[in-house]
Amino acid sequence: MEVLYQNLLNLDVKMIVMWLIGGILIYLAVKKDMEPTLLLPMGFGAILVNLPLSGAITHGTSEGPLSILYEAGIANELFPLILFIGIGAMIDFGPLLSNPILMLFGAAAQFGIFFTLCMASMFFDLNDAASIAIIGAADGPTSIVVGQKLNSNYIGAIMVAAYSYMALVPIIQPPIIKLLTSKKERKIRMEYTQKPVSKTTRILFPICITIIAGLIAPASVALVGFLMFGNLIRECGVLDSLSETAQKVLANLVTIFLGITIASQMQAENFLRWDTILILMLGLVAFIFDTAGGVIFAKILNLFLKKKINPMIGAAGISAFPMSGRVVHKLALKEDPTNFLLMQATGVNVSGQIASVIAGGMILNFFLH
Amino acid sequence: MNLMASFEPMHFLENLRYMGIGMLGIFIVIGIIMLLTLLLNKLTSEKNSSDQENK
Repeated sequence: MEVLYQNLLNLDVKMIVMWLIGGILIYLAVKKDMEPTLLLPMGFGAILVNLPLSGAITHGTSEGPLSILYEAGIANELFPLILFIGIGAMIDFGPLLSNPILMLFGAAAQFGIFFTLCMASMFFDLNDAASIAIIGAADGPTSIVVGQKLNSNYIGAIMVAAYSYMALVPIIQPPIIKLLTSKKERKIRMEYTQKPVSKTTRILFPICITIIAGLIAPASVALVGFLMFGNLIRECGVLDSLSETAQKVLANLVTIFLGITIASQMQAENFLRWDTILILMLGLVAFIFDTAGGVIFAKILNLFLKKKINPMIGAAGISAFPMSGRVVHKLALKEDPTNFLLMQATGVNVSGQIASVIAGGMILNFFLH
Repeated sequence: MNLMASFEPMHFLENLRYMGIGMLGIFIVIGIIMLLTLLLNKLTSEKNSSDQENK
Protein backbone atom coordinates (compact mmCIF):
# COMPACT_ATOMS: atom_id res chain seq x y z
CA MET A 1 0.00 0.00 0.00
CA GLU A 2 2.83 2.34 0.86
CA VAL A 3 3.79 2.57 -2.80
CA LEU A 4 0.45 4.28 -3.53
CA TYR A 5 0.94 7.22 -1.19
CA GLN A 6 4.67 7.59 -0.64
CA ASN A 7 5.03 10.20 -3.40
CA LEU A 8 2.32 12.28 -1.69
CA LEU A 9 4.82 12.88 1.11
CA ASN A 10 6.98 14.80 -1.40
CA LEU A 11 4.17 17.26 -2.12
CA ASP A 12 4.60 20.77 -0.77
CA VAL A 13 2.48 23.92 -0.65
CA LYS A 14 4.50 25.66 -3.37
CA MET A 15 3.59 22.91 -5.83
CA ILE A 16 -0.09 23.37 -5.07
CA VAL A 17 0.29 27.13 -5.61
CA MET A 18 1.79 26.33 -9.03
CA TRP A 19 -1.20 24.08 -9.82
CA LEU A 20 -3.42 27.07 -9.06
CA ILE A 21 -1.33 29.29 -11.33
CA GLY A 22 -1.58 26.62 -14.04
CA GLY A 23 -5.33 26.48 -13.46
CA ILE A 24 -5.60 30.27 -13.83
CA LEU A 25 -3.67 30.16 -17.13
CA ILE A 26 -5.98 27.41 -18.41
CA TYR A 27 -9.03 29.41 -17.25
CA LEU A 28 -7.79 32.54 -19.05
CA ALA A 29 -7.17 30.48 -22.19
CA VAL A 30 -10.47 28.62 -22.22
CA LYS A 31 -12.95 31.06 -20.68
CA LYS A 32 -11.44 34.38 -21.69
CA ASP A 33 -9.90 33.22 -24.98
CA MET A 34 -6.62 34.94 -24.08
CA GLU A 35 -3.80 33.63 -26.27
CA PRO A 36 -5.13 30.06 -25.75
CA THR A 37 -2.54 28.47 -28.03
CA LEU A 38 0.15 29.35 -25.52
CA LEU A 39 -1.56 29.88 -22.18
CA LEU A 40 -3.28 26.49 -22.25
CA PRO A 41 -0.11 24.41 -22.86
CA MET A 42 1.76 26.59 -20.36
CA GLY A 43 -0.98 26.15 -17.75
CA PHE A 44 -1.11 22.40 -18.19
CA GLY A 45 2.68 22.21 -18.24
CA ALA A 46 2.86 24.20 -14.99
CA ILE A 47 0.78 21.47 -13.33
CA LEU A 48 2.73 18.67 -15.03
CA VAL A 49 6.16 19.82 -13.87
CA ASN A 50 5.00 20.58 -10.35
CA LEU A 51 3.93 17.09 -9.45
CA PRO A 52 6.33 15.63 -6.90
CA LEU A 53 9.24 13.87 -8.64
CA SER A 54 7.58 14.60 -12.00
CA GLY A 55 8.96 12.33 -14.68
CA ALA A 56 8.31 15.08 -17.23
CA ILE A 57 11.47 16.91 -16.17
CA THR A 58 14.99 15.79 -15.49
CA HIS A 59 15.87 14.71 -11.94
CA GLY A 60 19.53 13.81 -11.50
CA THR A 61 20.38 11.20 -14.11
CA SER A 62 16.77 10.46 -14.98
CA GLU A 63 15.98 12.58 -18.03
CA GLY A 64 12.49 14.01 -18.55
CA PRO A 65 10.98 14.75 -21.98
CA LEU A 66 10.20 18.40 -21.24
CA SER A 67 13.78 19.06 -20.14
CA ILE A 68 15.03 17.34 -23.30
CA LEU A 69 12.65 19.45 -25.41
CA TYR A 70 13.86 22.57 -23.60
CA GLU A 71 17.49 21.80 -24.42
CA ALA A 72 16.64 20.79 -27.99
CA GLY A 73 14.33 23.66 -28.86
CA ILE A 74 14.51 26.60 -26.51
CA ALA A 75 18.00 26.67 -24.96
CA ASN A 76 19.37 26.82 -28.53
CA GLU A 77 16.54 29.21 -29.64
CA LEU A 78 15.38 26.82 -32.36
CA PHE A 79 11.63 26.75 -31.56
CA PRO A 80 11.14 30.54 -31.44
CA LEU A 81 13.09 30.98 -34.65
CA ILE A 82 11.09 28.31 -36.49
CA LEU A 83 7.90 29.88 -35.17
CA PHE A 84 9.09 33.16 -36.68
CA ILE A 85 8.96 31.56 -40.16
CA GLY A 86 5.28 30.86 -39.55
CA ILE A 87 4.64 34.36 -38.19
CA GLY A 88 6.46 35.90 -41.16
CA ALA A 89 4.27 33.88 -43.52
CA MET A 90 1.15 35.14 -41.72
CA ILE A 91 2.03 38.83 -41.94
CA ASP A 92 0.79 40.97 -44.78
CA PHE A 93 3.10 43.96 -44.98
CA GLY A 94 0.77 45.52 -47.58
CA PRO A 95 -0.76 48.24 -45.35
CA LEU A 96 2.73 49.20 -44.18
CA LEU A 97 4.26 49.19 -47.66
CA SER A 98 1.51 51.39 -49.02
CA ASN A 99 1.97 53.86 -46.15
CA PRO A 100 5.58 53.61 -44.90
CA ILE A 101 5.27 56.60 -42.56
CA LEU A 102 3.38 54.27 -40.20
CA MET A 103 6.72 52.61 -39.40
CA LEU A 104 7.64 55.53 -37.15
CA PHE A 105 4.97 54.53 -34.65
CA GLY A 106 6.41 51.04 -34.44
CA ALA A 107 9.73 52.60 -33.47
CA ALA A 108 8.19 54.92 -30.86
CA ALA A 109 6.31 52.09 -29.20
CA GLN A 110 9.57 50.36 -28.23
CA PHE A 111 10.10 53.06 -25.59
CA GLY A 112 8.85 50.74 -22.85
CA ILE A 113 11.74 48.34 -23.47
CA PHE A 114 14.39 50.93 -22.74
CA PHE A 115 12.47 52.55 -19.88
CA THR A 116 12.09 49.13 -18.28
CA LEU A 117 15.79 48.45 -18.82
CA CYS A 118 16.56 51.49 -16.65
CA MET A 119 13.95 50.44 -14.07
CA ALA A 120 15.11 46.82 -13.94
CA SER A 121 18.76 47.86 -13.63
CA MET A 122 17.92 49.20 -10.16
CA PHE A 123 17.27 45.62 -9.02
CA PHE A 124 19.13 43.29 -11.38
CA ASP A 125 22.49 43.13 -13.13
CA LEU A 126 22.50 44.58 -16.64
CA ASN A 127 22.17 41.33 -18.60
CA ASP A 128 19.16 40.26 -16.54
CA ALA A 129 17.72 43.79 -16.67
CA ALA A 130 18.03 43.79 -20.47
CA SER A 131 16.41 40.35 -20.72
CA ILE A 132 13.54 41.52 -18.52
CA ALA A 133 13.18 44.75 -20.50
CA ILE A 134 12.71 42.82 -23.73
CA ILE A 135 9.37 41.55 -22.38
CA GLY A 136 8.29 44.94 -23.74
CA ALA A 137 8.99 43.70 -27.26
CA ALA A 138 5.56 42.05 -26.82
CA ASP A 139 6.95 39.23 -28.86
CA GLY A 140 7.59 35.85 -27.26
CA PRO A 141 10.24 34.54 -29.68
CA THR A 142 12.31 37.75 -29.38
CA SER A 143 12.12 37.57 -25.58
CA ILE A 144 13.29 33.96 -25.59
CA VAL A 145 16.17 34.56 -28.00
CA VAL A 146 17.44 37.68 -26.21
CA GLY A 147 17.05 36.10 -22.76
CA GLN A 148 18.91 32.97 -23.87
CA LYS A 149 21.70 34.85 -25.63
CA LEU A 150 22.23 37.06 -22.59
CA ASN A 151 22.22 33.97 -20.40
CA SER A 152 19.54 35.35 -18.09
CA ASN A 153 18.88 33.62 -14.78
CA TYR A 154 15.18 34.45 -15.08
CA ILE A 155 14.27 33.00 -18.46
CA GLY A 156 11.24 31.10 -17.10
CA ALA A 157 9.63 34.16 -15.54
CA ILE A 158 10.49 36.27 -18.60
CA MET A 159 8.81 33.81 -20.99
CA VAL A 160 5.73 33.53 -18.83
CA ALA A 161 5.48 37.32 -18.49
CA ALA A 162 6.02 37.89 -22.23
CA TYR A 163 3.28 35.50 -23.30
CA SER A 164 0.85 36.35 -20.51
CA TYR A 165 1.00 40.09 -21.16
CA MET A 166 0.60 39.55 -24.89
CA ALA A 167 -2.62 37.78 -24.02
CA LEU A 168 -3.61 40.64 -21.72
CA VAL A 169 -3.11 43.42 -24.28
CA PRO A 170 -6.90 44.00 -24.59
CA ILE A 171 -6.98 44.66 -20.84
CA ILE A 172 -3.70 46.58 -20.41
CA GLN A 173 -3.85 49.01 -23.34
CA PRO A 174 -7.32 50.64 -23.30
CA PRO A 175 -6.98 52.41 -19.92
CA ILE A 176 -3.54 53.77 -20.85
CA ILE A 177 -4.80 55.00 -24.22
CA LYS A 178 -7.82 56.65 -22.62
CA LEU A 179 -5.69 58.26 -19.95
CA LEU A 180 -3.40 59.85 -22.54
CA THR A 181 -5.99 60.97 -25.10
CA SER A 182 -9.06 63.18 -25.08
CA LYS A 183 -12.42 62.05 -26.45
CA LYS A 184 -11.92 64.51 -29.30
CA GLU A 185 -8.56 62.96 -30.18
CA ARG A 186 -10.00 59.46 -30.10
CA LYS A 187 -12.63 60.53 -32.64
CA ILE A 188 -10.10 61.80 -35.19
CA ARG A 189 -10.74 60.19 -38.53
CA MET A 190 -7.92 59.03 -40.74
CA GLU A 191 -8.57 58.47 -44.39
CA TYR A 192 -7.15 55.24 -45.71
CA THR A 193 -6.33 54.93 -49.35
CA GLN A 194 -4.96 51.58 -50.36
CA LYS A 195 -2.11 52.44 -52.71
CA PRO A 196 -1.09 49.62 -55.02
CA VAL A 197 2.08 47.81 -53.94
CA SER A 198 3.94 45.99 -56.68
CA LYS A 199 4.90 42.36 -56.36
CA THR A 200 8.54 43.36 -56.82
CA THR A 201 8.35 45.59 -53.74
CA ARG A 202 6.70 42.83 -51.74
CA ILE A 203 9.50 40.42 -52.70
CA LEU A 204 12.38 42.86 -52.27
CA PHE A 205 11.12 44.21 -48.91
CA PRO A 206 11.91 41.11 -46.76
CA ILE A 207 15.27 40.68 -48.48
CA CYS A 208 16.27 44.32 -47.94
CA ILE A 209 15.12 44.33 -44.29
CA THR A 210 17.23 41.24 -43.62
CA ILE A 211 20.30 42.86 -45.16
CA ILE A 212 19.82 46.16 -43.27
CA ALA A 213 19.15 44.45 -39.92
CA GLY A 214 22.06 42.07 -40.47
CA LEU A 215 24.45 44.93 -41.17
CA ILE A 216 23.34 47.00 -38.19
CA ALA A 217 22.50 44.39 -35.57
CA PRO A 218 24.15 41.10 -36.64
CA ALA A 219 23.21 39.34 -33.41
CA SER A 220 19.54 39.65 -34.28
CA VAL A 221 19.84 38.65 -37.92
CA ALA A 222 18.53 35.14 -37.26
CA LEU A 223 15.33 36.61 -35.79
CA VAL A 224 14.81 39.09 -38.61
CA GLY A 225 15.97 36.61 -41.22
CA PHE A 226 13.57 33.84 -40.19
CA LEU A 227 10.67 36.30 -39.96
CA MET A 228 11.47 37.70 -43.39
CA PHE A 229 12.09 34.26 -44.88
CA GLY A 230 8.55 33.32 -43.87
CA ASN A 231 7.28 36.51 -45.48
CA LEU A 232 9.25 35.90 -48.66
CA ILE A 233 7.69 32.42 -48.95
CA ARG A 234 4.30 34.13 -48.69
CA GLU A 235 4.97 36.91 -51.16
CA CYS A 236 7.03 35.17 -53.85
CA GLY A 237 3.90 33.70 -55.39
CA VAL A 238 5.44 30.37 -56.35
CA LEU A 239 5.45 28.68 -52.93
CA ASP A 240 1.81 28.86 -51.91
CA SER A 241 1.84 25.36 -50.53
CA LEU A 242 4.91 26.07 -48.36
CA SER A 243 3.41 29.36 -47.26
CA GLU A 244 0.22 27.63 -46.15
CA THR A 245 2.21 24.96 -44.32
CA ALA A 246 4.35 27.60 -42.56
CA GLN A 247 1.28 29.59 -41.52
CA LYS A 248 -0.71 26.65 -40.24
CA VAL A 249 0.99 23.29 -39.73
CA LEU A 250 4.49 24.50 -38.90
CA ALA A 251 3.33 27.32 -36.62
CA ASN A 252 0.85 25.04 -34.86
CA LEU A 253 3.37 22.25 -34.33
CA VAL A 254 5.99 24.55 -32.86
CA THR A 255 3.39 26.30 -30.72
CA ILE A 256 2.27 23.02 -29.17
CA PHE A 257 5.82 22.21 -28.11
CA LEU A 258 6.77 25.80 -27.26
CA GLY A 259 4.04 26.36 -24.68
CA ILE A 260 4.49 23.14 -22.78
CA THR A 261 8.28 23.34 -22.97
CA ILE A 262 8.27 26.88 -21.53
CA ALA A 263 6.34 25.40 -18.63
CA SER A 264 9.35 23.23 -17.81
CA GLN A 265 10.85 26.43 -16.41
CA MET A 266 7.89 26.95 -14.09
CA GLN A 267 9.04 24.65 -11.33
CA ALA A 268 7.89 25.96 -7.98
CA GLU A 269 11.34 26.38 -6.45
CA ASN A 270 12.48 28.53 -9.38
CA PHE A 271 9.22 30.36 -10.00
CA LEU A 272 7.69 31.24 -6.62
CA ARG A 273 10.19 33.90 -5.64
CA TRP A 274 9.95 37.62 -4.99
CA ASP A 275 12.10 38.36 -8.02
CA THR A 276 9.54 36.56 -10.25
CA ILE A 277 6.82 38.89 -8.95
CA LEU A 278 9.13 41.85 -9.58
CA ILE A 279 9.80 40.62 -13.13
CA LEU A 280 6.05 40.31 -13.77
CA MET A 281 5.59 43.88 -12.50
CA LEU A 282 8.45 45.16 -14.67
CA GLY A 283 6.93 43.38 -17.68
CA LEU A 284 3.71 45.29 -17.05
CA VAL A 285 5.69 48.54 -16.83
CA ALA A 286 7.23 47.72 -20.22
CA PHE A 287 3.83 47.20 -21.87
CA ILE A 288 2.42 50.38 -20.28
CA PHE A 289 5.33 52.55 -21.40
CA ASP A 290 5.36 50.98 -24.89
CA THR A 291 1.74 52.01 -25.25
CA ALA A 292 2.42 55.44 -23.81
CA GLY A 293 5.46 55.91 -26.06
CA GLY A 294 3.43 55.25 -29.21
CA VAL A 295 0.49 57.44 -28.19
CA ILE A 296 2.63 60.37 -27.01
CA PHE A 297 4.74 60.22 -30.18
CA ALA A 298 1.57 60.51 -32.27
CA LYS A 299 0.42 63.47 -30.16
CA ILE A 300 3.78 65.18 -30.67
CA LEU A 301 3.55 64.60 -34.44
CA ASN A 302 0.07 66.13 -34.37
CA LEU A 303 1.59 69.41 -33.16
CA PHE A 304 3.27 69.75 -36.56
CA LEU A 305 0.75 68.10 -38.87
CA LYS A 306 -2.12 69.84 -40.63
CA LYS A 307 -3.96 66.59 -41.15
CA LYS A 308 -4.15 65.16 -37.65
CA ILE A 309 -3.43 61.55 -36.78
CA ASN A 310 -5.62 59.64 -34.37
CA PRO A 311 -3.05 59.22 -31.55
CA MET A 312 -4.54 55.87 -30.58
CA ILE A 313 -2.83 54.22 -33.55
CA GLY A 314 0.51 54.87 -31.84
CA ALA A 315 -0.47 52.27 -29.25
CA ALA A 316 -0.67 49.62 -31.98
CA GLY A 317 3.09 49.98 -32.42
CA ILE A 318 3.73 47.31 -29.81
CA SER A 319 4.35 44.09 -31.58
CA ALA A 320 1.52 42.04 -30.05
CA PHE A 321 0.07 41.10 -33.42
CA PRO A 322 -2.80 41.32 -34.26
CA MET A 323 -4.33 42.01 -30.83
CA SER A 324 -2.99 45.51 -30.47
CA GLY A 325 -4.28 46.65 -33.85
CA ARG A 326 -7.70 45.24 -33.02
CA VAL A 327 -7.75 46.97 -29.62
CA VAL A 328 -7.19 50.36 -31.27
CA HIS A 329 -9.78 49.63 -33.95
CA LYS A 330 -12.38 48.66 -31.33
CA LEU A 331 -11.65 51.73 -29.20
CA ALA A 332 -12.15 53.96 -32.23
CA LEU A 333 -15.44 52.24 -33.04
CA LYS A 334 -16.57 52.69 -29.45
CA GLU A 335 -16.09 56.45 -29.70
CA ASP A 336 -17.57 56.69 -33.18
CA PRO A 337 -19.16 53.61 -34.77
CA THR A 338 -18.36 54.96 -38.25
CA ASN A 339 -14.64 55.53 -37.64
CA PHE A 340 -12.66 52.57 -39.02
CA LEU A 341 -8.97 52.52 -38.11
CA LEU A 342 -8.31 48.83 -38.67
CA MET A 343 -6.02 49.17 -41.70
CA GLN A 344 -3.94 52.00 -40.22
CA ALA A 345 -3.68 50.23 -36.87
CA THR A 346 -2.71 46.96 -38.58
CA GLY A 347 0.01 48.77 -40.54
CA VAL A 348 1.40 50.22 -37.31
CA ASN A 349 1.08 46.85 -35.60
CA VAL A 350 3.10 45.14 -38.34
CA SER A 351 5.76 47.84 -38.11
CA GLY A 352 5.93 47.10 -34.38
CA GLN A 353 6.84 43.53 -35.26
CA ILE A 354 9.85 44.74 -37.24
CA ALA A 355 10.79 47.42 -34.70
CA SER A 356 10.63 45.00 -31.76
CA VAL A 357 13.08 42.65 -33.47
CA ILE A 358 15.38 45.59 -34.17
CA ALA A 359 15.05 46.61 -30.50
CA GLY A 360 16.08 43.06 -29.57
CA GLY A 361 19.08 43.46 -31.85
CA MET A 362 19.98 46.78 -30.19
CA ILE A 363 19.81 45.17 -26.76
CA LEU A 364 22.06 42.34 -27.95
CA ASN A 365 24.47 44.87 -29.50
CA PHE A 366 24.72 46.61 -26.12
CA PHE A 367 25.11 43.64 -23.84
CA LEU A 368 26.22 40.56 -25.77
CA HIS A 369 29.97 40.29 -25.37
CA MET B 1 17.59 37.34 -3.89
CA ASN B 2 17.17 40.11 -1.34
CA LEU B 3 15.51 42.82 -3.39
CA MET B 4 16.10 45.65 -0.95
CA ALA B 5 19.78 44.77 -0.57
CA SER B 6 20.29 44.87 -4.33
CA PHE B 7 18.25 48.06 -4.86
CA GLU B 8 20.46 50.68 -6.55
CA PRO B 9 18.35 53.71 -7.56
CA MET B 10 21.30 55.49 -9.17
CA HIS B 11 21.50 52.75 -11.80
CA PHE B 12 18.33 54.20 -13.33
CA LEU B 13 20.10 57.44 -14.18
CA GLU B 14 23.35 55.72 -15.16
CA ASN B 15 21.54 53.55 -17.71
CA LEU B 16 19.45 56.32 -19.27
CA ARG B 17 22.12 56.49 -21.98
CA TYR B 18 20.98 53.08 -23.22
CA MET B 19 17.49 54.50 -23.55
CA GLY B 20 18.80 57.44 -25.59
CA ILE B 21 21.10 55.42 -27.83
CA GLY B 22 18.58 52.57 -28.19
CA MET B 23 15.64 54.76 -29.21
CA LEU B 24 17.84 56.81 -31.52
CA GLY B 25 19.15 53.59 -33.08
CA ILE B 26 15.66 52.21 -33.66
CA PHE B 27 14.48 55.45 -35.27
CA ILE B 28 17.54 55.52 -37.52
CA VAL B 29 17.06 51.90 -38.65
CA ILE B 30 13.31 52.36 -39.13
CA GLY B 31 14.02 55.62 -40.97
CA ILE B 32 16.36 53.79 -43.36
CA ILE B 33 13.75 51.05 -43.91
CA MET B 34 11.08 53.71 -44.48
CA LEU B 35 13.17 55.51 -47.08
CA LEU B 36 14.02 52.23 -48.75
CA THR B 37 10.33 51.31 -48.92
CA LEU B 38 9.47 54.69 -50.44
CA LEU B 39 12.25 54.16 -52.97
CA LEU B 40 11.09 50.62 -53.79
CA ASN B 41 7.52 51.85 -54.25
CA LYS B 42 8.70 54.66 -56.50
CA LEU B 43 11.00 52.52 -58.61
CA THR B 44 8.61 49.64 -59.08
CA SER B 45 5.59 51.85 -59.78
CA GLU B 46 7.62 53.72 -62.44
CA LYS B 47 8.51 50.36 -63.94
CA ASN B 48 4.86 49.34 -63.97
CA SER B 49 3.78 52.54 -65.67
CA SER B 50 6.55 52.30 -68.28
CA ASP B 51 5.56 48.66 -68.84
CA GLN B 52 2.03 49.80 -69.47
CA GLU B 53 3.24 52.53 -71.84
CA ASN B 54 5.25 49.97 -73.85
CA LYS B 55 2.16 47.84 -74.22
